[in-house]
Amino acid sequence: MLVSLDNVIKAYPGDAGDVRVLAGVSLTLDHGQTLALTGESGSGKSTLLHLVGGLDAADAGRIVVNGVDLLGAGDAARAELRRLTIGIIFQQFNLIPSLTTADNLAFQARLAGRHDKAWLDEVATRLGLSEHLGKYPEELSGGQQQRVAVGRALASRPSLLLADEPTGNLDEATGDAVLDLMMGLVRDTGSALLMVTHSERLATLCDGRRHLSAGQLT
Amino acid sequence: MNARVLCLLCSFLGATGAQAQGFAGLGSDAEGFAVPQPNPTFRFPEDHGPHPAYRIEWWYITANLQAEDGTDYGVQWTLFRSALAPHEAEGWASPQLWMGHAGLTTPDAHYHAERLARGGIGQAGATAEPFEAWIDDWSLTATGTSGDAYNALDMTASGTGFAYDLSLRAEGPLVFHGAEGFSVKSAEGQASYYYSQPFYEVSGTLDIGDRAVEVTGNAWLDREWSSQPLSENQSGWDWVSLHFRDGTKLMGFQLRQTDGSSYTSATLISEDGQTTAFADGALSMAPLRTTEVAGREVPTRWRVRLPEKGIEVEIEALYPEAWMETSFPYWEGPVRMSGTHPGRGYLEMTGYE
Amino acid sequence: MMAAGWSALWSHWRRHPLQLFTLIAGLAMATALWSGVQAINGEARTSYAEAEDAVARAALPRLVNPEGPIPIAYYVALRRAGWDVTPLLEGPLRIDGSTFQVRGIETLTAVAPPTVTDGGNTDTDIGPVDILTGDGIVFAARSAQAQLEDAGGLPRIVAAEGLGPRQLITDIRTATRLLGSDGAPTSLLILPDQRPGLTPLADLVPGLEERDPVETEDLGRLTDSFHLNLTAFGLLSFAVGLFIVHGAIGLAFEQRRAMFRTLRALGLPLRQLVLLLILELGAITILGALIGLALGYLIAALLLPDVAATLRGLYGAPVEGGLVFRPLWAAAGLAMAAFGAGVAAAEGIWRVARMPILTGAMPRAWALASTRTLRRQGVLAVLLSVLALVLATMGSGLVAGFVMLGALLVAAALLLPIILLAVLRTAERASKGVVAGWFWADTRQQVPGLSLALMALLLALAANIGVGTMVASFRTTFIGWLDQRLASELYVTARTEDEAARLREWLAPRSEAVLPIWSVDATLGGRQGEVYGIRDHATYRDHWPLLGAAPDVWDRVAAGEGALINEQMARRLGIGIGDPADLAEDWALPVAGVYSDYGNPQPQAIVGVEALAARYPDISKLRHGIRVAPDRVNTLRAALTDDFGLPDDLIIDQAAIKSLSVSIFERTFAVTGALNVLTLGIAALAILTSLLTLAGLRLPQLAPVWAIGLTRTKLGRLEVVRTLLLAVLTAIVALPVGLLLAFVLLAIINVEAFGWRIGMAYFPLDWLRLFLLAALAAGLAALLPARRLARTPPAILLKVFANER
Repeated sequence: MLVSLDNVIKAYPGDAGDVRVLAGVSLTLDHGQTLALTGESGSGKSTLLHLVGGLDAADAGRIVVNGVDLLGAGDAARAELRRLTIGIIFQQFNLIPSLTTADNLAFQARLAGRHDKAWLDEVATRLGLSEHLGKYPEELSGGQQQRVAVGRALASRPSLLLADEPTGNLDEATGDAVLDLMMGLVRDTGSALLMVTHSERLATLCDGRRHLSAGQLT
Repeated sequence: MNARVLCLLCSFLGATGAQAQGFAGLGSDAEGFAVPQPNPTFRFPEDHGPHPAYRIEWWYITANLQAEDGTDYGVQWTLFRSALAPHEAEGWASPQLWMGHAGLTTPDAHYHAERLARGGIGQAGATAEPFEAWIDDWSLTATGTSGDAYNALDMTASGTGFAYDLSLRAEGPLVFHGAEGFSVKSAEGQASYYYSQPFYEVSGTLDIGDRAVEVTGNAWLDREWSSQPLSENQSGWDWVSLHFRDGTKLMGFQLRQTDGSSYTSATLISEDGQTTAFADGALSMAPLRTTEVAGREVPTRWRVRLPEKGIEVEIEALYPEAWMETSFPYWEGPVRMSGTHPGRGYLEMTGYE
Repeated sequence: MMAAGWSALWSHWRRHPLQLFTLIAGLAMATALWSGVQAINGEARTSYAEAEDAVARAALPRLVNPEGPIPIAYYVALRRAGWDVTPLLEGPLRIDGSTFQVRGIETLTAVAPPTVTDGGNTDTDIGPVDILTGDGIVFAARSAQAQLEDAGGLPRIVAAEGLGPRQLITDIRTATRLLGSDGAPTSLLILPDQRPGLTPLADLVPGLEERDPVETEDLGRLTDSFHLNLTAFGLLSFAVGLFIVHGAIGLAFEQRRAMFRTLRALGLPLRQLVLLLILELGAITILGALIGLALGYLIAALLLPDVAATLRGLYGAPVEGGLVFRPLWAAAGLAMAAFGAGVAAAEGIWRVARMPILTGAMPRAWALASTRTLRRQGVLAVLLSVLALVLATMGSGLVAGFVMLGALLVAAALLLPIILLAVLRTAERASKGVVAGWFWADTRQQVPGLSLALMALLLALAANIGVGTMVASFRTTFIGWLDQRLASELYVTARTEDEAARLREWLAPRSEAVLPIWSVDATLGGRQGEVYGIRDHATYRDHWPLLGAAPDVWDRVAAGEGALINEQMARRLGIGIGDPADLAEDWALPVAGVYSDYGNPQPQAIVGVEALAARYPDISKLRHGIRVAPDRVNTLRAALTDDFGLPDDLIIDQAAIKSLSVSIFERTFAVTGALNVLTLGIAALAILTSLLTLAGLRLPQLAPVWAIGLTRTKLGRLEVVRTLLLAVLTAIVALPVGLLLAFVLLAIINVEAFGWRIGMAYFPLDWLRLFLLAALAAGLAALLPARRLARTPPAILLKVFANER
C-alpha cells in the first residue's frame, strides 16, 4: 500500500472554538492508482492533501506514505519523502520566479538526484514547453506556468503525485488541456495520483473518487 | 653600548690594513700616523705615557693570583687608546678614543666589564709624570716616589658583580721585546714598540659578588703602541705570558695567517731580566683541545714549545669560558702549565669567529 | 540536493543584480569607512609607539645647573667617581625658517644612539669615524631629511627611526659646533643601575640639581580623544552602511519567502535551507568586505597625510604620512563585516527558520511596518534617550561621551518614521483635492519602506551638522583669537644684539611702537614650556585674549609683580588668578591673568620684559613686534630691507602668519570634511537603492492611479517630489539632532580632547547648504526610479490588474 490514512483527525482554531476539518478520515491508495478527492470549498480536502504530503501534521490518527509513518517523522524525513517519493502540483503553480522554464522543470529531479535529460526533454515536448525553455515564469501564461509545474512534479518520476486544484487558476479550456497532459504523463510514469478538485467532471478522469463532507469521507 | 662605535675600535685589529702601510723612512702612514721604526730609543718616564701620534696603544696587565685557601684567580686590566686622527684636541672634538677592559676569572666563573670614553676632556687618558692611566673610576696609578714609575702601581676596576683593588711591586727591571723593543709582527715588516714589566708581586682584594677575597700573586704589564699591527693576511693571534716556577718567564705569540701558517715571536726572560728574543719559527703553539664558548670553538689547551731552550709545556685554561664579550670579543684568562716548565700564566686569543 | 538549492537561491541575485549590488555596496561602504579609519588609527598608534620608545630612553632623571650649562669638568668628575652619567647638549637651531631641537649626545656613553632607518644603504656606510670626525652626522626623521638637505650648511643628514619631525640627534661634538656652544652640557642624564656605595652627588657636584625625568607627552593618552573621534565617525559610517545592508537583506528574504516555501515543499529540508542561506550570506559578505577593505585602504591612504598633519599640528605627535598594509587590520575588517552582515541578516534567517511551510501564500509587502513595530521603535527610542540623559548627567570621560552620542543618534533615528508619519497624517488631513489626498496618503505608505534609508540620511545629516558646527565654532574662535593675539603688523628678528639696538632706534620715528618679544625655554610644572617677556603697551591691553584677569593685570605684569599664564598651564596645574606660578627653580610670580592659547600643547607664561631680562641677562633680545598703520606696512617693510638692510626673511607680516595659521587649521580638519562627504554619499546611495527596490513593489499601488487618469510623467514627477519632501523633512528633524551632537562635541568631548572649551556658534547658511545638498542627493537618487516609472510601458501597468485575482 502506497498511502494509508487511519482515523486521521485535524482541527484548526476558529472564532467559536476549534473547527474539526477532518474528523476521523481513513483512506488507502495503491501504487499506480488514481483517486479524485472532491468536496465543497473549505471542506478540508486541501488539508488532507497537505497531511499526506507532510506539509502539515495531523492531530491524531495514523498516516503512512511509502512505509514512512508521518506522525513520528521530523522535518528532514518528511522533506526526504517529498523529495524522493512525492510530486506536488499547487493551485498557484509555485514556480521559482528566478529560474527559467528549463531550470524549473529540472529542479525537483535535480533536488532528488534523479536528473534524466532524455525524460526531461520528452516531458517538455509533451507539455508543449520546448519553445519556452529560456523564459522566466513571469513571461509565461497561467496555463504554461501550470504545465511547467506539472512537468516539474513528474520529471522526477515520483511514486505519488499530489495535485491541489491543478486547474483552479485556469480557464476551462486551458485547464482541460493541462489535465489531459498530466493524466497522460501519470499513466506513463506509473505514478499514483491523489487529486483534489471541486469539479465533478475532472473527478471522472480518475480511477476512483471520494467525497469529503463535514470532516468525513464518503 | 653602541656596537657601531666599537667596530671603530676593532679596526685596529686588522681593518686598517692598506691605509696603515708604512712608508719606510718617512715614519708615517698615509693618514699621518707615526710608524714604529727599528732601533728605538725609549725615554722614560715619557714613554710610559700616551703616544697620540700612533694609531693604537695599550697598557695591559694580567695577574695570576691565589687566595689563602689556594684557590686560583686571574685578573685583567687593560686600557686601549685608539686614535681617529694622529693628534689630540681639547674638548669633545678629541679624536682620541679610550676603551677599558677589566676581567676577573675564578675556577668556575668569569666576570668582565668595558668602558668607553673620548680624550680631550679628562674622562680617560694617561699621564707619564706622575704616572696614571685611567678611564672613569678605573685606574692604574704610580704609588712609588723613586725609581721607575712602573715599579709600584695601584690598580683598580669594577664591573657588574666584581671589583678589585690591587697593589703591584716590581721585583725586576723592564724588559724589551724583539729588537730592543721593536717587535716585528709579520714577514712584511709590520711592527710595534713593545716592552713589559713582568716581575710584579701582587697583593690586594678581590670583590666577587658580596665576598671579599684577599689575594697574592704575580702580574705582568705589557706596553705596546703602533699604527699597523696586523698585516692583511693575518686573522688573529694567540698570545701567552708565562711565569715558570724557576723564576724565568716567557712571552710568546703567534699571528695566525689566513693561509694556515703563522708568524711567531718569543722572548725568554731570565730571573734577573736578561732577555733572549726568538724570531719567527722558533716558538710553536699547537692547540690540543677546544671549548665551545660564545658559539665558537676556542682552543683552551695548548702545547707550547721552544725547542732551542728545551721548553715544552702544555698549558690549560683555569676556566675555559673566560670570554670577553666586549665590543670586539676575545678570550683572555689565566692558565696553568705542566711539562718541562710548570707554572702559571695568561693566555689571550683573538680572531676566533 | 545542496547544489540544486544553491542554484535556486543564487538565481534570485542573477535576476536582481541591483539588489545584490546594493547589498555588496552597503557592506563594502560599511567596511570601507570603518577599516579606513582603523588603518589611520593603527598607523598613528604605531608611530606613537616608536616615538615613545625614543622618548623613553630620555626619560631618565637628569642633573641640571641652575646657573646655566654644566662645566665638562663636572661630568668628568662624576664619571671618575664611578657615576654612570651621560651628557646632553640641547638647544634650538633655526634652519630654513623652521626651528629644530638639536640633541647632542655623547656617542660613547649614551644609552642607545639612534637606529638608522632601514632601507637605502645608509646603514652600511656609517661608521664611528663618520660620527666622531670630520663634519659628523646628524640624525633626523625621514620626513625632515629632504628639507634639511635642501637647507644646506649642515653635516650629512641620515634618517633614523623614532625621531620627531623637528628633532635632530647628533654627537655632542657636532652639536657643540651647530649650536655655537662651548661644549658645556645642558644636562647630565643619570643612567639606571648605578653601582652602590658611590659618593653622593651633592658632595661631588654641589652646584647641580637633580630633576625628575621631564614629563614627556603621553602621546597615546593625548591623542586618544582624536582617535576616538575618528573611530566614532567610522562606527557611524559602519552603522549607516548596516542600515543599507539590513534593508537589502530584508528585502531579499521577503521577496524569496514564497521561494523558500516552494523549496521546502519540493523536499529541501529546513536545516539545509538555513545552511544555504548562511553560506550565501557568507559569500556575499566576503565579496563586499574585500571590496570594502580595498576602498578602506584607499581612503586611509588618501586621508592619512591630512591626519598626520593634524596630529603633528595639534599634539606635535610624530606621524609619518605613509600607510603600511597590516594583515591583522584586514582580518579585523573582515570580522567586522561578518559581524555586521550577521546582525543585519539574523532576523531574516531566524524568521525563515521559524516559518511554517504553508501559511500566508500571499506575498506581503516586506516593508509594511505594523503599528506594533512603530510602537516598539518608539519605546526603544525613549529608553535610549533616557540612557543618554543619565550619561550626560552622571557619566564622565570620553567613552561615556561617545556612548551618549551613540544613544542619542540611534534614538533620533528610531523616532524618525514616527515623526514623519505624524507630519504626513496632519498634512493629509489638511489637504484638499483627490490627487493631493492620494499624494499624502501614498507618501505615508512609502515611509516604512524608505525608513531605513531615511534613518541613514538622518544620521549622516546630523553628523554633518554636528561636526560642521564644532569645526566652524572652533574656527571662529580660533580666528578671533588670532586677530587678538597677532596685533602687531610686523614681526622682525635682528641678527645680533647690536643690530637689534640699531633697529629699535631706527624704527622709533617710523612706527607707532616697537614691542620687544623675548623668550626663554623653561620647565613649567614639569613640562617643557616657554616664558615670554613683553613691554606694557596698549596693543596688549586692548587685544590680548584674556580668559580671566586680576583687576590691574597689565600694571602688575609690567611691574614684574605678576605673570600671565596660558589656559593649558592653568588647567594642567589647576592654578588660577592670585596663585603663585613657578617660572623657574626659585622664581615664582602670582598669576595675574589666564589667556587662551589654542593649538599650543605646551605651557607658556608671560611676564614683563624687564623682569625677564633681569632674571636672564643673557636672553637673546632680537625679536620685536612693530605697530604701524596698516596702510604703511608694505612701505615700512620695504624700507626695512632696502634702507635698514635687514634680510627679508627676518621680517614676517601679520597677514602671512594668519594665513599660515588658518591653513594649518584647515588642514587639521580636512579629514572631518572628507568623512562628512563620504557619509552623506552613503546616505544618498541608501535612498537610491531603497527607491529602486521599492519601485517594483510600487507598481500595484501606482497602477490604479494611472488607470484613473494620472499620466506616467506626472506620476514620475510626483515620485521625485515625494522623495524630496521626505528628505527635507528628514533634514529638518536632523537639525536639532545635529545641534545636540555639536553641543556634546564642544562641551564634553572637546574639553576632554583638546583641553579647552569653545563657545558654540550657529551657521544657518551652512545648514541651508547642507539641506540643499541633501535634497540634491535625494532628488538625484529619486530621478532614476522616477524616469523608469515614467517610461514603464502601459502593458506592464496593465499586467498588475491581470495578475490580481
